[in-house]
Amino acid sequence: MRHIRWLAIAPFLALIVGPFFVNRVHPLVLGLPFLLVWIVTWILLTSLIMAVIYFADPANQESEP
Amino acid sequence: MNGALPFIAAAAVLALALGFLAQRGKEMNLEQWTVGGRGFGAVFVFLLLAGEIYTTFTFLGGSGFAYGKGAPAYYILCYGTLAYVLSYFMLPPIWRYAKEHRLYSQSDFFVSKYDSPALGVIVTLVDIVALIPYLVLQFKGLGIIVEVAGYGAISSTVAVWTGAFVVATYVMVSGVHGSAWTAVAKDILILVIVAFLGLYLPWHYYGGVGSMFEAIEQAKPGFTVLPPHGESLWWFSSTVLLTALGFYMWPHSFGSIYTARSATVIRKNAIVLPLYQLILLFVFFVGFAAILQVPGLAGPNIDLALFKLSVKTFNPWFVGVIGATGVLTALVPGSMILMTSATLIANNLYRVANPSADDQQVSRLAKLLVPLVSLVAVFFTLRGGETIVALLLMGYSLVTQLFPALLLSLWQRNIATREGAAAGILAGVATVAIVSLTGANFHRLSWLPPQVQDLNIGIVALAVNFIVLIVVSMAMRIARAPAQASAQ
Repeated sequence: MRHIRWLAIAPFLALIVGPFFVNRVHPLVLGLPFLLVWIVTWILLTSLIMAVIYFADPANQESEP
Repeated sequence: MNGALPFIAAAAVLALALGFLAQRGKEMNLEQWTVGGRGFGAVFVFLLLAGEIYTTFTFLGGSGFAYGKGAPAYYILCYGTLAYVLSYFMLPPIWRYAKEHRLYSQSDFFVSKYDSPALGVIVTLVDIVALIPYLVLQFKGLGIIVEVAGYGAISSTVAVWTGAFVVATYVMVSGVHGSAWTAVAKDILILVIVAFLGLYLPWHYYGGVGSMFEAIEQAKPGFTVLPPHGESLWWFSSTVLLTALGFYMWPHSFGSIYTARSATVIRKNAIVLPLYQLILLFVFFVGFAAILQVPGLAGPNIDLALFKLSVKTFNPWFVGVIGATGVLTALVPGSMILMTSATLIANNLYRVANPSADDQQVSRLAKLLVPLVSLVAVFFTLRGGETIVALLLMGYSLVTQLFPALLLSLWQRNIATREGAAAGILAGVATVAIVSLTGANFHRLSWLPPQVQDLNIGIVALAVNFIVLIVVSMAMRIARAPAQASAQ
């Protein structure tokens, strides 16, 4: 399951490289400019990804001293 | 005198009183407090780490930057998120090493990993130089709050002096303990106030967030996306990367890692903290709402946006409540930064020069340094000229230079030597210093492609740093091949 941690690269790609492809105002989603929606969506996804990594990580099963 | 000032004064007095009560009956043991006995669980570590995000920087700087620059402000949402992802992997090894070696400060970590007190001194100096702009921006925030919420009755110079005096007194009175209650009160207040302002102001002036963004797009096309030049996509990406890497390099953030009870606590926080960041969205809404309502603020005055709009919209008493919140967001982090810098000078510089100094002397010196460091910050605050965001980015450019040496030291076999680490950090800092002091920047070098011109200088310095680190490390290894093992 350790390879699941590679998912953590996705937020970096989305927030550092991603803006180059989504730098536009329209369509407004929920009233927000598209670039801002992209960023907010990825913050939500990042939290989800970190949760997946956390629960798949054997290091969190054992109680550390 | 008006309806707002009593609230603001009350916040300051309350914070002072809580700080005073907090230190009563506690032994003034510097070291116990700094790492909280390494016994904090998820909730408290969360509060420590999360609380540090919500400072004057977010409150006034974030809204001001959205007001003055538009989309480039989104970088603030991104870098924290990425820093938390990094924290999941990077912080547990730091925490474990610090626990095993009973470390207290960031400098200790470098001293221990590289077995070099000299490197500790360099790290401390970088920390202090980076902390000054961070402190300046808190003072600046306090000045703005007192000036604008005082409806012009108090000049900004007097306001800055008052703010600096209050922060310094707060630190002196409450000692190193500070008041956990002030920090908690601050976090709750700012969450409520920012969420309210961010929802109410767009609704009040535009009928909703959607119509607000439509109106802005009509008045200033392209303002809510990144511009082609200046704070462009290249600026945005390089700044997000720089600040994400630098996030935990701040000595006070680095120190809060040590407080965790277990590595799991730190990993758990990486899930929740990105969500907590989303409150920044409301901060941006305030800034965007101000664009068409209080137009005309320019240069460093963009930081006034939130308060100018509040003064225009609300009764003085409510402006007072917002002002009181603002005072706390400057006071709590301001005192942390002030105390951290004073302790760094006393503990990691003075003690290195005078190894015979005992804890009491160091403690006393740290206290004496508090007003001194404040004065330095006041001096830079009154010289003015920079926006809050520019000040923080300056600090970030410096403090992120510690990242390569830190990251490499976490590897089982560290390819960096102590000389390489030191040379890299110095080269990086020198790059930042030359560019900031001489005002030479890439925009003057017209032969460079525009993408490179827009890069954040901190990232360029980081590249210089890394190259120097590798080259010097390799040279040192070749020069004394038999001594290789000692670098571990």
